[in-house]
Amino acid sequence: MKRDYKLEKRKYTIGGIVVLIVLVFIIRLFSLQIMSDDYKRNADSNALLQRVKYPPRGLIYDRYGRLLVFNQPAYDITVVMKEVEKFDTLELATALGVNKDFLVKRFKDIRNRNVNPGYSRYTHQVLLTQLSSEDCAVFREKLFNFPGFYIQARTVRQYGYDCGAHILGDIAEVSKNEIEDDPYYKRGDFIGKLGVERSYETQLRGDKGVEILLRDAHGRIQGNYMNGSLDKAPVAGKNLKLSLDIELQALGERLLEGKIGSIVAIEPSTGEVLCLVSSPSYNPHLMAGRHRGENHLKLSADPWKPLLNRAIMGTYPPGSTFKTSQALTFLQEGIINTETQYPCSHGFNFRGLHVGCHAHGSPLSVIPALATSCNAYFCWGLYYMIGARSKYGSVQNAMNTWRDYMVSMGFGYTLGIDLPGEKRGMIPNAAFYDKAYRGSWNGLTIISISIGQGEVTLTPLQIANLGATIANRGYYITPHVVKEVEGDELEKKYSEKHFTKVDRVHYDEVVQGMRAAVLGGTCRGANLPDIEVCGKTGTAQNKGKDHSAFMGFAPMNNPKIAIAVYVENGGFGAVYGVPIGKLMIEKYLKGELSPQSQLQADEIQKRRINYGLQER
Amino acid sequence: MAYKKDSIFKNVDWWTIMLYILLVVCGWFSICGASYDYGDSNFWDFGLRSGKQLVWIACSLGLASVILSLDHRFFDTYAFLIFGILLLLLFATIFNPHEIKGSKSWIVLGPISIQPAEFAKFGTALALAKFMGEYTYSLSNRKHFVATLAIILVPMFLIIMQKETGSALVYLSFFLMLYREGMPGAILFTGVCAVAYFIVGIRFSVVPMADEITPWGEFAVLSLIIILTSGLICVYCKQARKLAMIILMVGVTCIILGVLFSFFVIPFNMVYMLLVMNGVLFITMIIYFLRERIYSYLFISFFVVGSVVFLFSTDYVFAKVLEPHQKVRIEVLLGMKDDPSGAGYNVNQSKIAIGSGGFVGKGFLNGTQTKLKYVPEQDTDFIFCTVGEEQGFLGSSFVLLLYLSLILRLIFLSERQPTRFARVYGYSVMSIFFFHLFINVGMVLGLTPVIGIPLPFFSYGGSSLWGFTILLFVFLRIDAARYGNANG
Repeated sequence: MKRDYKLEKRKYTIGGIVVLIVLVFIIRLFSLQIMSDDYKRNADSNALLQRVKYPPRGLIYDRYGRLLVFNQPAYDITVVMKEVEKFDTLELATALGVNKDFLVKRFKDIRNRNVNPGYSRYTHQVLLTQLSSEDCAVFREKLFNFPGFYIQARTVRQYGYDCGAHILGDIAEVSKNEIEDDPYYKRGDFIGKLGVERSYETQLRGDKGVEILLRDAHGRIQGNYMNGSLDKAPVAGKNLKLSLDIELQALGERLLEGKIGSIVAIEPSTGEVLCLVSSPSYNPHLMAGRHRGENHLKLSADPWKPLLNRAIMGTYPPGSTFKTSQALTFLQEGIINTETQYPCSHGFNFRGLHVGCHAHGSPLSVIPALATSCNAYFCWGLYYMIGARSKYGSVQNAMNTWRDYMVSMGFGYTLGIDLPGEKRGMIPNAAFYDKAYRGSWNGLTIISISIGQGEVTLTPLQIANLGATIANRGYYITPHVVKEVEGDELEKKYSEKHFTKVDRVHYDEVVQGMRAAVLGGTCRGANLPDIEVCGKTGTAQNKGKDHSAFMGFAPMNNPKIAIAVYVENGGFGAVYGVPIGKLMIEKYLKGELSPQSQLQADEIQKRRINYGLQER
Repeated sequence: MAYKKDSIFKNVDWWTIMLYILLVVCGWFSICGASYDYGDSNFWDFGLRSGKQLVWIACSLGLASVILSLDHRFFDTYAFLIFGILLLLLFATIFNPHEIKGSKSWIVLGPISIQPAEFAKFGTALALAKFMGEYTYSLSNRKHFVATLAIILVPMFLIIMQKETGSALVYLSFFLMLYREGMPGAILFTGVCAVAYFIVGIRFSVVPMADEITPWGEFAVLSLIIILTSGLICVYCKQARKLAMIILMVGVTCIILGVLFSFFVIPFNMVYMLLVMNGVLFITMIIYFLRERIYSYLFISFFVVGSVVFLFSTDYVFAKVLEPHQKVRIEVLLGMKDDPSGAGYNVNQSKIAIGSGGFVGKGFLNGTQTKLKYVPEQDTDFIFCTVGEEQGFLGSSFVLLLYLSLILRLIFLSERQPTRFARVYGYSVMSIFFFHLFINVGMVLGLTPVIGIPLPFFSYGGSSLWGFTILLFVFLRIDAARYGNANG
């Protein structure tokens, strides 16, 4: 082959490039390994260890400063396999208070990389989690016998009372998705899962700190890196003061024992939620500590669904409690005035349509109609409103006007309470009925919404908020369960007044009707000797037995509490709703129940409603 | 038979075999160090990586002796057949349903899984050698050149389809061999410039200088163009060395003055200043071309314009044309963004690990950074960390010098080949080793982008070890027959 000597010279270029690159690498190695001060400092074979310092999570108090949720020390036992010397498994099991076989299996799992992919003989491996201080104290005394084993302090949430689980919520280890959503979280961190623990997570959790440690080739900590100048101290979580009255909450949960339902009480002037009972409930202690997982599983398998917070997630037909909102709307729109009378002959009878009613005088005006909860009166009202073509032009316009009134009272949309999972309920509009009835409908078609039946559904919170709105004579403040966040201002939306579309004067008229109901109408059972209670019963028809409801507030002037009681399949409003409402009002305003009421409370607590075996 | 064995034993290059064995042994110890877990490890345990690697090494030695005992004409004769089979394998791998770490490049055969891409390099080198070894072949023949490019680009494309961009980039190393075979140096120069402009321009275009207006990337590239231009004049227009010096002096002075002015007096965007300077340079070159009628000036003026246009078009393409996910991939490749698997993290940790090694290292099995799993991929792509940490500056320099010796030895062996077939193959082998060394060690040292390709003979894995062994020993076999070849 002919040799091309010019090209052959290129071997020097190529060789030169290779030599140059290797030279650059060696210079780089020199600068990294010998020149660089940062690495040189650790040249004796050190590694930096970042240890996270967890801040204490904020505490939770009730409105009177009673401690509801706090932190309790718990201990994890970790082991560094490399440092472990020969030990007697039985002795260790005894010291830890666990079964020997269990311990043997734990060690096997730790070493099994399929079960524990991050295993290294060199790092801390968790042997047991969340030991109580007592269990740990025993082990601590014998710790010196077991080199390589360590005790790591953690905290678990503890609860001062056995109630309020739905509001307080709980914390658990972060899920994979939560880690992806927020880089703050690392595997093994805890995060609020339900209740205020979740909605105030960022305030409660505080801010993690970090400590940068030096350790030697044997994994022993040699002290802080750069004397701790790069460390960051953890910032403690903020404490919360709830608006809840924990004793009122406890009474509510007691009264609903064995029944499915809700009680919501609100301080009308501030929108603060005084109690938010959802029954069946569960003991918050179940959700703390090592057994959370299995308990959570058990609760979610329960057919009564105790994990569901019915007070904000249950949507029910409001029944007759809804009539107050109808009276307000009709009065404001001029469909009726306080003098207007409608007949009731055991109900509403018109063009072959019949809506039943119970026996009372006829005809009657709006205040006695509210007092006696006359169905016919409100049916007529809605019929005339939807049919008022001269005023609205079409049924659609009339319907949407009605809808606007309902929305202004806080129905049909979530109110925005500071708890996760609130439902919006249902307020139909014209488009809805156009679709349902293909455009052919009128006031009669939809007449049942006037008495809180049919398509209308509300959450117990919305019913209580209706009570608060009436108590305030025309406005509400978004209900909220947190009264104060330590060192932080409450969100502005929890102090803004939402005025409805109805004037104060009409509210006064409805208040009279509600007062009359307590004095001589359907709510007589709610009468208290020295408190002017206003109320409205509700008996909501549904597939099974009627739901029993009550909505009210007290005292009539300068109201301190507005309340809604809803008991599924409880029958007439007067059976459960009214007495429970009365007891709650008495408890809150007087601080204690009278001996007579105490007896009544015991009696209601013992009553059970048979719900059958059907899934709820 | 007896004669043949004797000749192999005599003629094979024992220096290379010695370097090979040294590298493999050092590699095995590094894998022991990287996968070693205090206390409970037995290096001979075939369940552990060190044990498995021992099996791969034994297989490689077997493979090497098989190759050495084959007839030397075997590779010449079956070059295209081997290439074809490997292309088919690569093609089949694209439709491979098994994914390992998001890559489809593995074919699973019972207990072992192999990566055809590791062997395809061998096939391509052989096919190139065969094709370019033809007597009538000429690189300056356009048809031949295009066919050569096709032999390189087809397997590259197939590997890109397997989402193994790193392995595909290795094929660029063949251009070094092409350069030796007569490809104009300007092409290599252009290619290197393009890559450098791209990396520097994109990587640092978001980093402002101290005046907070001028972006580092454009500043660096535009300055580089002026300096390179003066270098080009120096090389190609030897009569104008004075002009080159003037350009260099004026350019550097302007840049320094500009920097001082912008930093300390009034901050302004120096990119405009540099653009004007490049414009002046371009016009100067054109004037010289018109006056002296020397085409080198024209080409140099093209270089100036082309460089500037290339810089701004990559910026434009990067910002406007690329899809977001493509952008992210490039950003990750250049270390501008931490990817989910944490390329930036890896490099940082690997620098700490190497830096902590010091002059003599922490000693075999005493590395902490790698032991504590700070460095992911520590026994595959980041294996050099373990060397740096445990053997220190001395050990890692020694390893680098071993590679340097091997590569220089390969250049020497290639040059002594009597046939172009053998020389092309030898340079291909050398180029591949060099590219792997350059990218892998550069990545571990934080000098080159993070591209996941193994370090020859060091990284854990049967496929890569076998691939490199075949590559090397086929060349040794051909080399051992060089006298026979010269006759035939």
